Amino acid sequence: MTVFEDTRLADAASSEASLRRFLHGLPSVDQVGADARAATLATRSIKTTAKEFAIDLAISMIDLTTLEGQDTPGKVRALCSKAQRPDPTDASVPQVAAICVYPDLVPVAKEALGASGIKVASVATAFPSGRTSLAVKQADTRDAVAAGADEVDMVIDRGAFLSGRYGQVFDEIVAVKEACGRADAVEGQGAHLKVILETGELVTYDNVRRASWLAMLAGADFIKTSTGKVSPAATLPVTLVMLEAVRDFRVATGRQVGVKPAGGIRTSKDAIRYLVLVNETAGEDWLSPDWFRIGASSLLNDLLMQRQKLKTGYYAGPDYFTLD
Amino acid sequence: MAKFEYAPAPESRAVVDIKSSYGLFIGGEFVDPADGTSFKSINPSNEEVLADIAEARQADIDAAVKAARDAHTRTWAKLSGRDRGKYLFRIARIIQERARELAVLESLDNGKPIRESRDVDIPLVAAHFFYYAGWADKLDYAGFGPDPKPYGVAGQIIPWNFPMLMLAWKIAPALATGNTVVLKPAETTPLTALLFAEICQQADLPPGVVNIVTGAGDTGRLLVEHPGVDKVAFTGSTEVGKAIARSVAGTEKKATLELGGKAANIIFDDAPIDQAIEGIVNGIFFNQGHVCCAGSRLLVQESIYDDVLTSLKRRLGTLRVGDPLDKNTDVGAINSAEQLTRIRELSEVGEAEGAERWSPECELPERGFWFPPTVFTGVSQAHRIAREEIFGPVLSVLTFRTPAEAVEKANNTPYGLSAGVWTDKGSRILWMSQQLRAGVVWANTFNRFDPTSPFGGYKESGYGREGGRHGLQAYLKVDEAA
Repeated sequence: MTVFEDTRLADAASSEASLRRFLHGLPSVDQVGADARAATLATRSIKTTAKEFAIDLAISMIDLTTLEGQDTPGKVRALCSKAQRPDPTDASVPQVAAICVYPDLVPVAKEALGASGIKVASVATAFPSGRTSLAVKQADTRDAVAAGADEVDMVIDRGAFLSGRYGQVFDEIVAVKEACGRADAVEGQGAHLKVILETGELVTYDNVRRASWLAMLAGADFIKTSTGKVSPAATLPVTLVMLEAVRDFRVATGRQVGVKPAGGIRTSKDAIRYLVLVNETAGEDWLSPDWFRIGASSLLNDLLMQRQKLKTGYYAGPDYFTLD
Repeated sequence: MAKFEYAPAPESRAVVDIKSSYGLFIGGEFVDPADGTSFKSINPSNEEVLADIAEARQADIDAAVKAARDAHTRTWAKLSGRDRGKYLFRIARIIQERARELAVLESLDNGKPIRESRDVDIPLVAAHFFYYAGWADKLDYAGFGPDPKPYGVAGQIIPWNFPMLMLAWKIAPALATGNTVVLKPAETTPLTALLFAEICQQADLPPGVVNIVTGAGDTGRLLVEHPGVDKVAFTGSTEVGKAIARSVAGTEKKATLELGGKAANIIFDDAPIDQAIEGIVNGIFFNQGHVCCAGSRLLVQESIYDDVLTSLKRRLGTLRVGDPLDKNTDVGAINSAEQLTRIRELSEVGEAEGAERWSPECELPERGFWFPPTVFTGVSQAHRIAREEIFGPVLSVLTFRTPAEAVEKANNTPYGLSAGVWTDKGSRILWMSQQLRAGVVWANTFNRFDPTSPFGGYKESGYGREGGRHGLQAYLKVDEAA
C-alpha cells in the first residue's frame, strides 16, 4: 500500500494528535480474512530441495534464546557453543543468527561467542512487562550495550499504547534507540533495536498494524511479536500483518525493517510456514537473517532432526542431538 | 539474496483407479448403453485420455427414468425420513473416507488445483450430504406444512466447474425430500459422478434411487424432455437454461435454474485493503474463474484505485499457475479447448474495445489448456468484457465515486447471482445488501459457501434456491401452499 504520502509520513510524529490521526488512518485489518490468508499459506507443501533450503535458512535465522530466572553463566556458555555448532557431528550445519539473553549475561555470551560472527542480543527496558520509568529503561539499555550487546530487544509500554498514549510509546522507542548508541561507534551504528510489540496483549490485528507502524516511525530496526512470556506468543496471522507493515513501510519510506516472530515456534513445520509467509508477503528481500529472525530455543533441535532425516532417510532419537 | 523455490509437491495419483471405460449407472448397476456409443474424457492439464464414457441416448434415458420411477414408488417414497437420512449420512461418511480419492479424481478430470478440490470442493460435498441428511426426518418442521410430498423423479443436469459439489447440491436435497434422481454430469467431467455411483453401491442405496447418465447436450435435452421426469434442476449456462425453461413451459414439470453471473466485487475506500486484495483474487481466480458467482467485475472507489491496482498486481505475481495435482498450485488448467477458445475470444474483444490487458509473468505448460490470470483496466459498462460472462481467469476493473454509483453499476447487468462488498462500515454493508439485486451478497469475503446458506439468482441468473431450508422447497410440492 502506498496510501501514505511522504508529507503525511514526515508529519505523522510531529504531535500526539497527528500520530493518532496517522495510525488510525491506516487501512483496517479484517481478522477473518487475515486468518484465512495465513491458513491458506500454511498449506504450502515444502518438500525435498525446498525443504533442505528452508531448514538451513531457518537455522541461520534463529535467535537462540534463554530468558529464565534460573539462567547461569554455565547455561549461557553451553547455549553459545550450541549456537556455533548446532550439530557437532555435521559441520555443514549453519550457525544461528544470535544468542538472546538477559543484560547481565551479555558479557558471558560475548566472550563465549568470540569472533564467531554470531550476534549477542539482549532484552532490555524492564523486560518482559516494561513497567518502569523511562530512565530505568534507558539505563537498562545502556548497560546491555556497554556490556557488548549487538542487538537490543526492547518492549513497548502496552499500557500506554492501549490507553491511546501513542506519543509516549513513540518517545520511549526514540529514547531507547538513542541509548542503543555506542560511544565508540559512528552516528547511527549503535546496537540494532528490535521493538517487541507483545501482540498477545495488543490482541487486535488493527492494534498490531498500528504498533508496527509506530515502532518503525520511531526508528525500530526490527519489529518483534512477543516476549515469549505471554500467551499467545507469535502466530502466523500476526506475523502476516507485521510483514505487510514492513513491506508497505519500505514502499512509503525506502527503509527496510526486519521482522522477528518469537515464542511458540517449536517445529520445523512451524518454521517453514513462517518462511513461506515471508516469501509470499514481504518477498524474498526479507529471506535473510538480516531481515527475518525467529526467536526460539527448542526449535533448533527439531530442525536438526528433520535435516538429518532428509540426508539419511531416518529419524534419529532425541538423544542424538545435544540438549544445548 | 536467496530464492525460495518450491520443489514440485505432486499429490499421488495412486489413490485413484480409473477404468478404461464406464457404462451408465442405471438401477444400481453399471450397464452398457443401448447402442454402444461413447466419448472420451480427458485431463485438461495435459490432454491425456482418462477414460471412455458411455453416451446415453433415448433408450438409455427411458431405462434410467423408469428405474428412478420404480425406485420411487416401490422403495424410496415408502421409507421413513429417518431411514432416508440414514442412507444420506452413510453416503456423507463414505465421501469423507474417500475424500482424497475424490479430490485427486476431480483435479485430474477438471483441471482444478488439488488444494481447492481437497480443501474446498470435497469437504463441502460431505458437508452438504450431512446437512440434508439431517433434514430428512424433519421435513414436517421445515415450514412447509405437515408431511410435504416429493415430486417423484428429478432430472438433474450439472456443469463441469464443480462436478462433485454440484452433484451434491442436486442429489442431497432431492434424496432427503424423498425424490429419486437421474443425473447427467457434464461431458468433460463425468468421472467423479461415476465414482459417486460406486459410493451409492457401497452405501447399499436401493437400486434406482440414484441413476447417472453420461453424455453431452443431446443427452441433457432428452432427459429434460422426458415425460417421466417430474422436476428438472439445472446448473449451467443461461443460454441452455432458457432452452430448458421453454421446454418445460406448458408441462406439469417444475424447474429450478442456476445460471450465469457477472458479479460485482465492490471495494470502498475504507475497506481492509490487504484482505480485499485476497478477496479479489479469490473472487476471480478461484477455480480459474470457472465460477458462476465469480467476482468478474471489480468496482473500485476512485480514491484508492491506484493503490488497489498496485497491490493487486504485486499479489498476482505470486500466483502459482501449473500442474493441478501439485499441492502448491493456485491456478490450474482451463477445463476444455472449447472454453479456452471462448476466454481467448472475449479477451481479444476486450483489447479491441480499448481496455488495457495485463497478466503477471508466468510460464504456462505447453500441453493442455492454459490461460494466464488476466486483468483488464480502463473497462467501462459498455464493454462486452463488463457485460458477458467470460467464465475464466479474467478480471474487468471499473471505478465508482459514490455508494449510489456503485449500486447502479453493480445492478446494471442482466445477471444477478452474487456480489461482494468490502468496507469497514457495518451500516454500509447492510444498506448495500438491500440495494444489490443479487442472490448472494458477501461482505468482506468472497466465494464462501456453506450448505446452510441458500444460493441462487435474480434475473438471468435463474430461479429457485439451493442450500439451506430454502433448498428443500425446490424438491417438495409446496408451491401451491407457499
